[in-house]
Amino acid sequence: MSSLIDYRTCPTTGLKVDRAAEKLIKANAVAAIVFLAIGGLFGLLVALTRWPAVHFLPADMFYLALTAHGLDVLLVWIIFFEMALLYFASAILLNSRLAGPKWAWTGFGLMLVGALITNVAVLQGKSSVMFTSYVPMMAEPPFYVGIILFAVGALIGCCVFFGTLVLAKREKTYEGSIPLVTFGALTAAIIAVFTLASGAIILIPTLLWSLGLVSHIDPLVYKTIWWAMGHSSQQINVSAHVAVWYAIAAMVFGAKPLSEKISRMAFLMYILFLQLASAHHLLVEPGMSSEWKIFNTSYAMYLAVLGSMIHGMSVPGAIEVAQRSRGLTKGMFEWLRKAPWGNPAFAGMFMSLVFFGFLGGISGVVMGTEQINLIMHNTLYVPGHFHATVVAGTTLAFMAITYILVPLIFRRELMMKKLAMWQPYVFGIGVAGISVFMMGAGTLGVSRRHWDMTFADAILPFDYPSAAFLMMGLNGIFAVMAAVGGLMYVVIVVGSVFFGKKLTDDEKPSYPEVPPESAAVSHYGSSESLKIPGTAFLVGIFFTAFVLYYFVNWKYLSEIWPLS
Amino acid sequence: MNENNIPDDAASSDSSDPEQIPLMQRILDNPFLLLVLGIAVPAVFYIIWGIIEITQIPIAD
Ligand code: HEM
Ligand SMILES: [Cu+2]
Repeated sequence: MSSLIDYRTCPTTGLKVDRAAEKLIKANAVAAIVFLAIGGLFGLLVALTRWPAVHFLPADMFYLALTAHGLDVLLVWIIFFEMALLYFASAILLNSRLAGPKWAWTGFGLMLVGALITNVAVLQGKSSVMFTSYVPMMAEPPFYVGIILFAVGALIGCCVFFGTLVLAKREKTYEGSIPLVTFGALTAAIIAVFTLASGAIILIPTLLWSLGLVSHIDPLVYKTIWWAMGHSSQQINVSAHVAVWYAIAAMVFGAKPLSEKISRMAFLMYILFLQLASAHHLLVEPGMSSEWKIFNTSYAMYLAVLGSMIHGMSVPGAIEVAQRSRGLTKGMFEWLRKAPWGNPAFAGMFMSLVFFGFLGGISGVVMGTEQINLIMHNTLYVPGHFHATVVAGTTLAFMAITYILVPLIFRRELMMKKLAMWQPYVFGIGVAGISVFMMGAGTLGVSRRHWDMTFADAILPFDYPSAAFLMMGLNGIFAVMAAVGGLMYVVIVVGSVFFGKKLTDDEKPSYPEVPPESAAVSHYGSSESLKIPGTAFLVGIFFTAFVLYYFVNWKYLSEIWPLS
Repeated sequence: MNENNIPDDAASSDSSDPEQIPLMQRILDNPFLLLVLGIAVPAVFYIIWGIIEITQIPIAD
C-alpha cells in the first residue's frame, strides 16, 4: 500500500514528506491566512470605532464588524491553521503517510463552505449577535449552519490526525514515543474533540430554535455548554502554540526539551484540567454555586497554569542549553543576546512566549479568581487579556512558524526578507499595546462590546475618567500598528507562496536558516544539561511580577468595595 | 553484568518488553486513553455538574 504513496525527501531535515499531506497543509494554511486578512481588517474597524476621537463606524455596523471579527479570526483563521499543524505534526514529523487524505479534503471543503456561509450571513446584517450568539439573541439560520459545518469539517480533520497516529505506529515509521511536538498536537486534537462535540450539542438545538422548530433555549444552559466550546477552543490554541514554540526551538537551534517527561506531564495537565476553566466565563452567574465555580476555575485551572509555566520555562531553557553548547556561555544572558533576533521565526516565537506569559497568563489568573473577577467582568479588560493570549500568543507563534513552513513545505524562497525581519516586531508590539491599553481601560470600568463610551444619547449621563479616553486613543494607535504588522505578514507570505522562487526537490532554501540539527523536532529525547541560569532568572522576574500584580488587584477590589 | 555482557540496567529497560515500560509512559503513549480522559474529566466536572446545578434552580411561577 505505502509504495503507492508519493513521497519526497526534505533536503534540509531528511524527513520523508507525503505529498498528499503537503498539499493539505498548503490549502489549510492559505485559507487560514485569507481569513486572517479579512478578520484583521474588521478588527481594525472595530478599534477605530472605539477610538473616541475617530469613532469610525455607525452603531449597527460596529456590531456587525465585531461579530465578523470574532468569528473570522478566533474561529476560522486559528482552526484552519491548526488543521495545517495537525497534518504537519502527524504525517510529516512521524515520517508517515496521511490517513485518508480524501477525508481530509472533505473536512477542508466543509470548513471552507461553512466559513463562507457564516460570513455571508453576518454581512447581510441580520446576525450581529457576536461570535458568542447568546440566546435569546437570535441570528438567521445560515449563521448557525455555517458554524456547524465548519465544526464538522474540523472534527473530520481531527479524526484524520488520530488515524495517522495509528497508521504511523502500525507501519513503524517512528521508534519509541511520538516526538514532543506531535504530543503537543495530540493534546490540541483531544481538546478539539471535546470542543467540537460541545459546540454541536448546543448549536444544533439553537439552529432548530432559529428555524422555529424548538420553542425555547435556556440561556444559562446555553452559556454553560457554549463556553465548553468557546473556552476549550482557546485551549486548543494554547496547546498548539506551545507545540509550535517547541518546534521552532528545535528547528532554529536544534534544541531538545529539558525533560521529555516533565514537558509531557505538563501537556497531560492541559488534557485533564484546562477545559474546566471554561467556568471563568460564568463567574458572575447567580445560578451556579461557588463550589462549582471555584473548583473549576481555581483548583483545576491552577494545575493547568502549572502546565503552562512548565512550558514557559522549558522552551527558553531548551534554547539556553542549545546555545550554551555552542559556546555562548558568557554571563547569564550571552545565549539570549546573541540569539538570531533577525530571524522572524525566532523573534516571533520568543515574543509570543514573553507576551503570552507576562500579559496573557498573569491577567488570566487574576481574572479567573472569583472575587477579583467582579471588578473586570465584561469590561475591556477581557478582550485586553485574550488579545495577549490568542493574538500575541497564538497568532504570533503561528506567524513565526509560517516563515519556516513557506520554504520547507511550500518549497518557495521567502521574499521581502527585510520586511519579514521587522514583521514580528511591528505586529507583536502593536498587539502588546492593544492588550495593555484595553486592560487599562477595563480596569477603569470601560465595558467591552460597546459602541459609545461617552453615552451621548443616554437618559442618565455617565462619565468615565478621562484616563479611560486616553487609553482608548492609545489603543487605536497600537491597533493601527498591529494591523500594519498583520498586513506585512499577509503580503510576505502570500507573495512568497505565489511568486517566490521555486525550489527544486533537493534544493535547500537559503532563508531563514534551518540547521541539520533541526531533525531533533521529529525525535524523542531530552537535552543533556540542566544549566539554565539565565532562564531561571527570567522565571524569577515572572513570579515576582505575578505575585505583585495579583495582590495589587485584591487591594484594588478592597478599595472599590469598602466594607467598613 | 550478567553472563551476556549486557549491563543489568540496560537489559531491564528493554523497550520490546511491554511489562518493563513505566506505567506513566504507557499512559502517555496511548492517545485513545488520553482522548477518553480529556473528554470525561471536563464532561463530569464542568458540564454534568454544571447542568445539575442549573436544573436545581427553582422555577418562578
Ligand atoms: C489587527 C489586529 C487586531 C485588532 C486591532 C483587534 C482589535 C479588537 C478590538 C478593538 C476588539 C473589540 C473590543 C470590544 O469592543 O469589546 C476586538 C475584539 C475581539 N478580537 Fe480582536 N483585534 C485584532 C486581532 C485579533 C485576532 C488575530 C484575534 C484572534 C485570533 C482576535 C480576537 C478577537 C475576539 C474573539 C474579540 C471579541 C469579539 C466579541 O466581543 O464578540 N482579534 N479586537
Ligand atoms: Cu476562557
